[in-house]
Amino acid sequence: MGRTSSTKEDAGALFHSLRSAYAATPVNLKIIDLYVGFAIFTALIQVVYMAMVGSFPFNSFLSGVLSCVGTAVLAVCLRIQVNKENKEFKDLPPERAFADFVPCNLVLHLVIMNFLG
Amino acid sequence: MARRLAGFLVLLLVVSICEAAFLFQPISDSHRSTALELFTPDHGSFKSLEETYEALRTFQILGIEKKPDLTATACRSISETVGSSSSTAKDLFYALKANSIAECKIDKKASKGIISRLKAAVSGASSLLDFYYSVGGLVLIKDQSSEADVHLADAEGVFRSVKAFSQSDGRWRYSSNNPESSAFAAGIALETHAGIVSLASSEIDQSLISTLKNDIIKLFDSIEKYDDGALYFDDKLVDGHEYQGPVSTTSSVLRGLTAFAAVTAENLNLPGDKILGLAKFFLGIGVPGDAKDFFNQIDSLACLESNRVSIPLILSFPSTVLSLTRKDSLKVGVSTVLGSEVPSLTVKLVGAFSSGSKDASLVESQELNFDKTSGLHILNDLPKSIDVGSYTFVFEIVLHEPKHEEVYFKGSQTKVPISVTGLIKIENSEIAVLDSDLGSIESQKKLDLAGKNAISLSANHLQKLRLSFQLTTPRGRSFKPHQAFLKLRHESKVEHIFVVGNSGKQFEIVLNFLGLVEKFFYLSGKYDMELTVGDAAMENSLLVAIGHIELDLPEAPEKAPRPPPQPVDPYSRYGPKAEITHIFRAPEKRPPQELSLAFLGLTILPLLGFLIGLLRLGVNLKNFPTKPLPATFAVLFHVGIGAVLLLYVFFWVKLDLFQTLKILGFLGGILVFVGHRILSHLAAASAKLKSA
Repeated sequence: MGRTSSTKEDAGALFHSLRSAYAATPVNLKIIDLYVGFAIFTALIQVVYMAMVGSFPFNSFLSGVLSCVGTAVLAVCLRIQVNKENKEFKDLPPERAFADFVPCNLVLHLVIMNFLG
Repeated sequence: MARRLAGFLVLLLVVSICEAAFLFQPISDSHRSTALELFTPDHGSFKSLEETYEALRTFQILGIEKKPDLTATACRSISETVGSSSSTAKDLFYALKANSIAECKIDKKASKGIISRLKAAVSGASSLLDFYYSVGGLVLIKDQSSEADVHLADAEGVFRSVKAFSQSDGRWRYSSNNPESSAFAAGIALETHAGIVSLASSEIDQSLISTLKNDIIKLFDSIEKYDDGALYFDDKLVDGHEYQGPVSTTSSVLRGLTAFAAVTAENLNLPGDKILGLAKFFLGIGVPGDAKDFFNQIDSLACLESNRVSIPLILSFPSTVLSLTRKDSLKVGVSTVLGSEVPSLTVKLVGAFSSGSKDASLVESQELNFDKTSGLHILNDLPKSIDVGSYTFVFEIVLHEPKHEEVYFKGSQTKVPISVTGLIKIENSEIAVLDSDLGSIESQKKLDLAGKNAISLSANHLQKLRLSFQLTTPRGRSFKPHQAFLKLRHESKVEHIFVVGNSGKQFEIVLNFLGLVEKFFYLSGKYDMELTVGDAAMENSLLVAIGHIELDLPEAPEKAPRPPPQPVDPYSRYGPKAEITHIFRAPEKRPPQELSLAFLGLTILPLLGFLIGLLRLGVNLKNFPTKPLPATFAVLFHVGIGAVLLLYVFFWVKLDLFQTLKILGFLGGILVFVGHRILSHLAAASAKLKSA
């Protein structure tokens, strides 16, 4: 009884500590996290739609899902590079990271638009 | 000279070989009516003097009355040509030829002019045809005008010039330029030579005439032959223009030959059967449909008939198929080639031989009765020895008066194929089914092959079928027809044919079904029976359905041959097939539109969530540069990104990849420049802040 309640309390305590830790992250990182969440959510909705109506036309589905996933991945890369606590990218100015992020996204979306059909 | 001519012909024609069947009809009224049809002038006159002459000559030979208007128009064109100074030697030649028949008057002055012009033409002639027309014209005017003497000054020289065109094979060339030689030209050359000899003021060297004789013999070496004994001359078809055809060529040679024989005293030494062969050729043409061929045929036959002292006699047969049933009698007509009267003579039937057999004659030598009303020689009753079948009858002509022997040529025996037909009696016809081993009759039925039959029999594979009948000719002899078949046809249309053999009069066929089981493809069932008996000599050939027979054959083993496939209705196999409608791929099932729209809305939701979250996080634009230059760059940067995204929308809607890439290249270039400026400005600003 103590153990189950402790696991529940532990889960609650874990959640709270995560939440407070997260609150400490800088705003720009939070923006990027929000963007990633938006992209993944959109992908999920598309997958649910496909599950409902079937995979015709398959190329459209793929391009839709991959655009979401691709842009999420690129955003995660941006977050890694912009995060000040990351020792590896200490010398990389965030503007430079953003300057990489924008063209990569543009190329991704060109390919996606071509594949959309 | 006439005696010499007679001598040459009688000597040589009497030595003629017995020819094969000679079934040529002499000239008759059908010729006369055709002549009137063919030689009708266009609007009263012919196209040329040549045609006028041909028409007049044909009418003259056939004995058709000269129409006065035809003569008048002919005279008009003749006098026109004769009077005109621009007429060529050819025109004068044909005008004079026509005049020899039309007999229009030519005045003295005109005839003098013609003579001088023709003499000039002779001296100026260079080709064979030039010589022919000019010399021929002079010969004609000599007969027609009252002028004293028309002579050729240097006859021997002219003779040699014409002879120069001859070739070693007996043919002549038309001119020294043209290497082509023809028999047609040879005929023309012979006529020209004859004309020269008759116009010569002094005797021509006999050696020249002998060489010409040799040329004629060489020419006759190139004569061609048909199977029925007709002989003719033909040239090789080299040039369409010059080619004359066998009728024209042969008649040209004959004319030349006749003209030459008339002027020389020498014996031409030609075999008589060659002349006979030429007569057969012209008679074998029948009634030509072309005016030129008609004229050539009639003119040549006239040469054979009247210019010769010995006139060939032709046997003609109104019918060569005689029927014993109708009691036909054999009729023979005798006439000359042009159908003229012949002196009194008798036709003798020397013998009759069965076709293809070398046995003795079936009839005795007997004379035919002459019937004055029809002008035919008739054998009233066919001898009893002549039964149905095909025979060769041999005839001979016997002239009553010896002096006619020198005038007419009767030839030796003539063989003629005669067919005799009759009704064949079919008797004792019966059909029976026999048991195989013992030969005992199981069922037997009588047949009436002349009438209808509907026999119904049945047999199994252990039995035999026998069909028998007797055939007798009207004279009571046995007869073997060309066809005697029994046909059995199964219900599935598979047929089997058997030949009915005979021994003497009795015809019998026995079908042993035990041996025929495999041939019949093991098909049991109803077979229709049909008997065919036929022959050309049989007037009552028959094809009669006898009835049907039910055959019970054993089952077919595995490896038995299948019956051949019967012909199918050609329309079902070769006709149009059913139309194929193409089935297109069914389109994919699309979701209902409302569901799609609902999900479109759902997809927008995360975007809204993102924007709301941004607001909650408290994003601001505080870091936006205030100074004008960086601000411009910043604005341009965002506008640039927006433009690229808009380009992508256009790409999806309308543009293709290449256009997009082109524009993207352009926009990208701007974006890189602007982005670099603003971001470096921002980086510098934050670096300054950090260091400060």
